[in-house]
Amino acid sequence: MGKNIFKRKEPLTDTQLLMSITICIFLVMYLFAIVFLQGGFLHAQQIFDMLNDNASLLIVSCGLTIVMIGGGIDISVGAVTSLVVMSCVLYLNRGGNLFVSMLLALGIGLAFGLVQGFLISFLDIQPFIVTLAGMFFARGMTTILSVNPQKADHAVFNALKDTKIEIPWLGYVAKNGNLVPARIELGVIVAFVCVAVIFVILKFMPLGRHFYAMGGNQTSALMLGINVKRTRFMSYLLSGLLSGISGYVFLMHTGAGNATNAAGMEMNAIASSIIGGTPLTGGVGNVIGTLFGTLTLTTIKKIVVSSGFNDPWWQSITTGGMLCFFILLQSIVLSRRGKKKA
Amino acid sequence: MQEDTLLQMRHIDKRFPGVRALNDVDFTLRKGEIHALMGENGAGKSTLIKILTGVYQMDGGEISVEGEKVSIRSPQDAQNKGISTVYQEITLCPNLTVSENMFIGRGKGAWVKHKALEKRADEILTKLGIPARSSQQLGSCSLAVQQMVAIARAVDMNCKVLILDEPTSSLDDKEVNMLFALMRDLKSRGVGIIFVTHFLEQVYEVSDRITVLRNGELVGEYLTKDLPQVDLVAKMIGKELDELSDLSEGDVHEENYNEVLYEAENLSSSDAKPFDFSIRRGEVNGFTGLLGSGRSESVRAIFGADKVNGGNVKVKGQNVKITHPIDAMKHGIGYLAEDRKRDGIIAELSVRENIILALQVMNGIFKPISRSEQEAFADEYIKALNIKTASRETPVGSLSGGNQQKVILARWLLTHPDYLILDEPTRGIDVGTKLEIQKLVLKLAEEGVSVTFISSEVEEMLRTCSRLIVMRDRHVVGELKGKDLNQAQVMKTIAGGEA
Repeated sequence: MGKNIFKRKEPLTDTQLLMSITICIFLVMYLFAIVFLQGGFLHAQQIFDMLNDNASLLIVSCGLTIVMIGGGIDISVGAVTSLVVMSCVLYLNRGGNLFVSMLLALGIGLAFGLVQGFLISFLDIQPFIVTLAGMFFARGMTTILSVNPQKADHAVFNALKDTKIEIPWLGYVAKNGNLVPARIELGVIVAFVCVAVIFVILKFMPLGRHFYAMGGNQTSALMLGINVKRTRFMSYLLSGLLSGISGYVFLMHTGAGNATNAAGMEMNAIASSIIGGTPLTGGVGNVIGTLFGTLTLTTIKKIVVSSGFNDPWWQSITTGGMLCFFILLQSIVLSRRGKKKA
Repeated sequence: MQEDTLLQMRHIDKRFPGVRALNDVDFTLRKGEIHALMGENGAGKSTLIKILTGVYQMDGGEISVEGEKVSIRSPQDAQNKGISTVYQEITLCPNLTVSENMFIGRGKGAWVKHKALEKRADEILTKLGIPARSSQQLGSCSLAVQQMVAIARAVDMNCKVLILDEPTSSLDDKEVNMLFALMRDLKSRGVGIIFVTHFLEQVYEVSDRITVLRNGELVGEYLTKDLPQVDLVAKMIGKELDELSDLSEGDVHEENYNEVLYEAENLSSSDAKPFDFSIRRGEVNGFTGLLGSGRSESVRAIFGADKVNGGNVKVKGQNVKITHPIDAMKHGIGYLAEDRKRDGIIAELSVRENIILALQVMNGIFKPISRSEQEAFADEYIKALNIKTASRETPVGSLSGGNQQKVILARWLLTHPDYLILDEPTRGIDVGTKLEIQKLVLKLAEEGVSVTFISSEVEEMLRTCSRLIVMRDRHVVGELKGKDLNQAQVMKTIAGGEA
């Protein structure tokens, strides 16, 4: 099916092929939900809700996609997000400046990216270990900052948080006769800007292509004259920066800091990237796929809930099944490709 | 200096701790010639290439390109001076497109202009007659085309000297011809090509000149048409033919008429072409041939170490199926791998643990060997093979090469094999231990164990084997026994020409 959508002379690259598969499966799944579950799935607000709830997940997934294309892994992203949320909330509640709070978020993210990137790239330490340490460190810091939940109490910030873009023509008429317009939070706009910027970096900038080369074959990348150390460093730096942005978006969505914020977000982000066509082996994938990966993951969770399986473990089980299905599908598709060539 | 000299390396010296890898070696490459660099394993070919490409730094000597003295400090440096290398393992990224592989890491601008690069890539590919499209994913091309793309990249970087390091080893005949056509085309454009290969026939097909190295020293530079194949082999191995003819082996090996222990018909694996083979009980035979001739691949197929594709195998007259090493071990076959560091010893484990390894695998994990038994076995073989180790609990990694080899031998002897395959058991070990191992092989044969012995040193094989199977370019080309077992005859058969 994927091949018919794009009429091109060249066969799709692995990246494009995996992405098309994800998009198709997402569309089929969503149509299925509309036909059989109706309810909320008919309204545009359903998609916007999914985006509102998962804007920060989408942002960290983009960061992970970069790292995974380069053949690495970063499991500190959820904890860094959480640390950013808590730090910003505390800073704002002490009467801090809105603009400075944003800088604080970016700064924390960058600092983590910088240190982790340095350890991984220049000291050659396993990325899993380094980011695992980063994860524990950030979680611990969050708890030190505050064990109790903190609600944001800052007039300008709350105004910003409550700002939503309303699109009346995509809304629906509620039972009481009122028109409920579709609402999009600012965080979603930020997330989409991130997706767009990273798409451009990955596709059209030398740095982005170097990520692919490094993930495809590190020795080759070196022989082709690419500065592999610097490229790897940049991938973790970008991932850290995006975790910072993700933290701020998370705060704009919930308006409160909690030590357990974004728990397990790194795993959901890895799942989103993989479903979106970025295998852990590296060298393949892109962020448009990750966008649809995130949507696929959240849609399946919504479908599970809408079908009456309200207990949280059902979502977990379906996520697991989904991930397995996609990994199998990807490896089958790619290995069939390999055989055809030979 | 001649006008058409492109690259001159003079008096090159390179020492590694304990070894003199290159000793006063000269090498000259002229414009528009294909120059084959030949030598057996350890002759210094790769060291010379690595000095030229900036991977190693030389300890003495000088290099000049087009008459100008240069110093090459890094691979990047070499490329800037017009020296490009295409390695045996393709060093490109299969997940990127052909055009990206040609241009990545070279651009300066902030943006990658895919369209413009693809157009330029297509022009170069057409000019060189390479059957690839620029927007194609590299992984979808055949290995030969990938290699040619690597060459195209080098050509576009204005390379004057192109080094092809074993470029044909993973290509089939048709692909080799494609590659040769491209090489001749480049030659006509004035590029100097250094061709490193172990396929003798290919050398005679494309090269103009041959430089032979042996043991880190220059043997000589010859015009290809003036050097018969058999002379080339003699120069590589290091014995002049006339000198050899006089040498007759002292002891005459007798054919013994014991039962056939192992028999293979049309055996082939992922790396070995179909061959027939059989060995009698108590016989010592050998596979010989130059490096890469397929001798190791053949014994690996016997042991089931590579993916076995087909063939009938009989052990003691019974039809058996050997597709995994464990099958072979159960039928009493032991295999001492060529690369003991990679396939053989486990350096962190102790001598004792390394010795009992194969027996434990044979017994299965549910029948553990008791500690006292292990210690008894270890002590027995440390004594029997005269293994020099501080104690049986010393990590194998701290032993010398020869003693490591004995530990692996002990490992196999402990399983009491009927048939033992020894692939290069004497490589990189001192002369004394070499002799000990050779004696051990003969002693085992007397005790009724069949042994297949492989060594790069023909003399060693002649001393131990009663039958030699000669391989060239992955085919069995002859079988020598009795009075034919002498060095001159072996070399003639390896070279495949009339002397």
